[in-house]
Amino acid sequence: MKKLSARRRHPLAALVVLLFALAVTGGLYAAFAPADKAQADTTAQSLAIKEGKQLYTTGCASCHGTGGQGTSDGPSLVGVGAAAVDFQVGTGRMPLQQQGAQAPKKPVVYTQAEIDQMAAYIASLGPGPAVPSEDQYNPEGADIAKGGELFRTNCAQCHNFTGKGGALTSGKYAPALEDVTPKHIYEAMLTGPQAMPVFPDTTVTEQDKKDIIAYLGEVNSEKSASPGGLDLGGFGPVSEGLFAWTFGLGAMIAVAVWVAARTAKARKS
Amino acid sequence: MSQTGSNKDVSHASLPGEPAAHGSAVDTTDNPFADPGLPPHQHRIQDIDERAAKRSERTIALLFVVSMLATVGFIASYVVLPIDKLVYIWPFGHVSALNFALGLTLGVALFCIGAGAVHWARTLMSDVEVADERHPIEATPEVRSKVMEDFRQGAAESGFGRRKLIRNTMFGAMAMVPLSGVVLLRDLGPLPGDKLRHTLWGKGKLLVNQNTNQPLRPEDIPVGSLTFAKPEGLEDDAHDFQTEIAKAALMIVRLQPEDIKDKQELEWSHDGIVAYSRICTHVGCPVTLYEQNTHHVLCPCHQSTFDLSDGARVIFGPAGHALPQLRIGVNQDGYLEALGDFSEPVGPSFWERG
Amino acid sequence: MSTATDNRRKAPAGERIADWADGRLGIYSLAKANMRKIFPDHWSFMLGEVALYSFIIIILTGVYLTLFFVPSMGEVEYHGAYVPMQGVRMSEAYASTLDISFEVRGGLLIRQIHHWAALIFLASMFVHMMRVFFTGAFRKPREINWLFGFLLFVLGMFTGFTGYSLPDDLLSGTGVRFMEGAILAVPVVGTYLSMFLFGGEFPGHDVIPRFFAAHVLLLPGIMLGLLVAHLILVFYHKHTQFPGPGKTNTNVVGMPLLPVYMAKAGGFFFLVFGVIAILSALFTINPIWALGPYRPDQVSTGAQPDWYMGFSEGLIRAMPAWEFVIPGGYTLNLGVAIPLVVVFPLVLTVIAVYPFLESWITGDKREHHILDRPRNAPTRTGIGAAWISWYLVMLLGGGNDIFAIHFDMSINAVTWFVRIAFFAVPVLVFIVTKRICLGLQRRDREKVLHGREAGIIKRLPHGEFVEVHEPLSQEQLHTLTQHEQRKPIEPAAETDENGVRRKVPRSQKLRARLSRAWYGEGTQIPKATPEEFKEIQSGHGHH
Repeated sequence: MKKLSARRRHPLAALVVLLFALAVTGGLYAAFAPADKAQADTTAQSLAIKEGKQLYTTGCASCHGTGGQGTSDGPSLVGVGAAAVDFQVGTGRMPLQQQGAQAPKKPVVYTQAEIDQMAAYIASLGPGPAVPSEDQYNPEGADIAKGGELFRTNCAQCHNFTGKGGALTSGKYAPALEDVTPKHIYEAMLTGPQAMPVFPDTTVTEQDKKDIIAYLGEVNSEKSASPGGLDLGGFGPVSEGLFAWTFGLGAMIAVAVWVAARTAKARKS
Repeated sequence: MSQTGSNKDVSHASLPGEPAAHGSAVDTTDNPFADPGLPPHQHRIQDIDERAAKRSERTIALLFVVSMLATVGFIASYVVLPIDKLVYIWPFGHVSALNFALGLTLGVALFCIGAGAVHWARTLMSDVEVADERHPIEATPEVRSKVMEDFRQGAAESGFGRRKLIRNTMFGAMAMVPLSGVVLLRDLGPLPGDKLRHTLWGKGKLLVNQNTNQPLRPEDIPVGSLTFAKPEGLEDDAHDFQTEIAKAALMIVRLQPEDIKDKQELEWSHDGIVAYSRICTHVGCPVTLYEQNTHHVLCPCHQSTFDLSDGARVIFGPAGHALPQLRIGVNQDGYLEALGDFSEPVGPSFWERG
Repeated sequence: MSTATDNRRKAPAGERIADWADGRLGIYSLAKANMRKIFPDHWSFMLGEVALYSFIIIILTGVYLTLFFVPSMGEVEYHGAYVPMQGVRMSEAYASTLDISFEVRGGLLIRQIHHWAALIFLASMFVHMMRVFFTGAFRKPREINWLFGFLLFVLGMFTGFTGYSLPDDLLSGTGVRFMEGAILAVPVVGTYLSMFLFGGEFPGHDVIPRFFAAHVLLLPGIMLGLLVAHLILVFYHKHTQFPGPGKTNTNVVGMPLLPVYMAKAGGFFFLVFGVIAILSALFTINPIWALGPYRPDQVSTGAQPDWYMGFSEGLIRAMPAWEFVIPGGYTLNLGVAIPLVVVFPLVLTVIAVYPFLESWITGDKREHHILDRPRNAPTRTGIGAAWISWYLVMLLGGGNDIFAIHFDMSINAVTWFVRIAFFAVPVLVFIVTKRICLGLQRRDREKVLHGREAGIIKRLPHGEFVEVHEPLSQEQLHTLTQHEQRKPIEPAAETDENGVRRKVPRSQKLRARLSRAWYGEGTQIPKATPEEFKEIQSGHGHH
């Protein structure tokens, strides 16, 4: 909120307000004119599905099968929902470059519009979680402390206390969470990508998810405080021990060498 | 510096490698490897150049002055900086201004005292190396025999060896008296009894979601999900919450019933929902790194890996036996309930576990 | 020295106080022997000082921390300054540690100094111990001091562990849980020990106050006593020295305690303190606010103890699961008991008893005050290096998850590597180190006989290029040849002088065999003799 009030006198503030007002008006209009909208929606939707299917056929079908039914190289996508597509493609994990223990995060190759189209196509194959809307995952006003407790109960065992990541079996790993957007965190909990289990709204409610996202924003973002100084990666005693041995003891030995060294002698000339 | 004392009267038999002619001129033609003795002392610049010595003096004084200033800086930071102020300092991040300032000023104040003292010692104090004699640690035979004689006399006067009754009863008393101390430790804790065999779970106890504090229903738990539960009635603010949850913590996952390989696991599950103890059977860490695509669950502490689709059998790592499974069912209101306590002790194994 | 007498003349009050004290404490006799005591200068002799000073720093900061720390497991709801913990239930121990970090001005700094100093304390004890080991400074008359030092290291480990557990955060609580599991694995009495330690079932409400008593009173008290004894013995034995011209087994060459050594050692204390304070200003350690309060049903990945306990963590991670139910219905949990009850003490004992083993094998009853150059004792150096590599393999095992994720490896592969390396690496390191030592000995021999390579290339009349070798000074010749080369002890004859067979005790045979392994063939390069040297010098004076 502080940020909002600070920017209220920004030259573009008026423009933002105007756009916002337009959007609200448009939204209200859409809400109050359901018949037309539904009509337009279905057409847009079917268009998106068509476009998405094309994208899918060229980019994904080789592993996931022509109809999303899955092959030996990739799982079935029937029923994974739009949220899974938005997460996997939106974080660059898909399309996969090579088979491995786990699909790593990579630069994203599709535009958001294309991702939406693919998501629409996959969603049409079977019912699954939809892409969450911003008011579902926006952490503003969420309870950070509650989020911390939830994080330690449900997430920290794989992702570490503050989401720095950790190892799983046979080369799999839980990734670090520092530059993951709230939307993608939400989608990951909702869809359980790869080895990660699902945390559905029935067991981790929408508000719980917001709290978790807020906690991560507090402790694991560029702006997170580390009052004591550089956090050495936040991995705990291993990095602390390595640091104490190299820099701590190294500094001590450097000083000891200076203390014990012989002072320069006057040159006999 | 005079050599401390003389040790001419001390036998050197116990000191090896005594060079024949230490300290005196060595006949180098005879033995080219002989010890030539301490090299002659060489002067430092500061010893012969008063200006260099003055420079050193000024450096040392400067270091001490910097230390004083740093202490002033420490006190000033303590007074001026609010404790919750964060500043961004590259590359350390958003750090506490107070901690940063106090630590640096204290460090500089201390370091400069040390640096000044060492620089003083290195450049201005005498650097003539001196040799000091060592004396064998062993006593001379005369001293040794005197001590032995004294001891024998003392022992004889006490009658220690002669009056065996006194000796033996004294040993007995001395051996027994510490027992009181051992006995006093008894009340450090209760006896184990069967405490490790029971948890709060029992027939009809509902499985309560730890996140929402609501009892769970089967439809809340989709395939691939991971849920943590505690027994109904265990509140977070209960006095013995920690002790009870240490045994009762439960993880619930849902598999496709056809993926379950173990017969008993299938029997004790409800429609693919299986409930296992969350406490590792190795040394008791919560073992909850569940990989929904392999059904493996890994312990973050020592990497014991259990296969939840096969009776939580150990497939890797140091754990000695499978995770105990809780038998569950659904009550008439549609909620998941336990059908009894765990059939075996949860957590790390112990001698009486069997 | 002149300034001292000047001072005395100016300040007779000081002299009067000294006289007063002497009449009661006899300080002059003490000062006569010690005020100008000689200490040799070498950087490696100061590693023990780093340990001593960090111990003092730990005590100073520790006393400060006790003023604010509440060693209680009573549960409270947090409403302090740290926002991400508002309303979270936690023990008073954890809450008061948060308060020290966020509400006591400078409290965070003192906490970080305390913890960094603890890590450096153990690390410096470790390298100090290794310096003593590799130079043979543990030999007679210093074996007891070696044991004192060893006990200080072991007690330091446990003091560190109890201190690390006090904040009752999620990380350290996991460590305590691990300890409980380990105690339960002790055959026969495990459950009783666990109930007595925790005052009932884990975690109960007693373990933090009990650890607190051990951490601030019992363990440091014993350590302080051992430390004083350690220092008294250092004074009494006088410091060892490296070989060199003028340095013999019957003297000690260096600078007097007053003033040089006092200034250097005193200054070094401030330097050590200063470095640790600066570290604590710049680098955070154990940010318990990010870890959360301990709950037995929560955990984080990357759960490790501080580095000095890391080797036991590695042991337990690499150990295969060996759990049996023996007849009678009792469980033998060897998967935990072997690493912690057998191997853990073994790793430490092996190094602790080495001095006694070596003196038994050599049969050497003489005092040694001149240090060995590690290359001149290849077997010992090899054993030391093998032990360190062993320790490092276990440390690596203790951090297997962190290493796996950072080097993109499978955690199972790392664990398997540790399992094999535990047996293979020490053997390999022993062989390699011994070879390196022999190589260095050979180089010393070459240097003695042919001189130092001067880096000047000369062309001989017939066109050949040779490097000019400068003969060594007598100081260098002495330093490189002063060491003693031992012969293995002869196995006792199976027959006595009359040809009658007699029984040789098995221990004697073993000793002879070990002696051969230590000093027999292939364990040293014969050092250059004066005769060889003279022959070569007279033989070809042309380069």
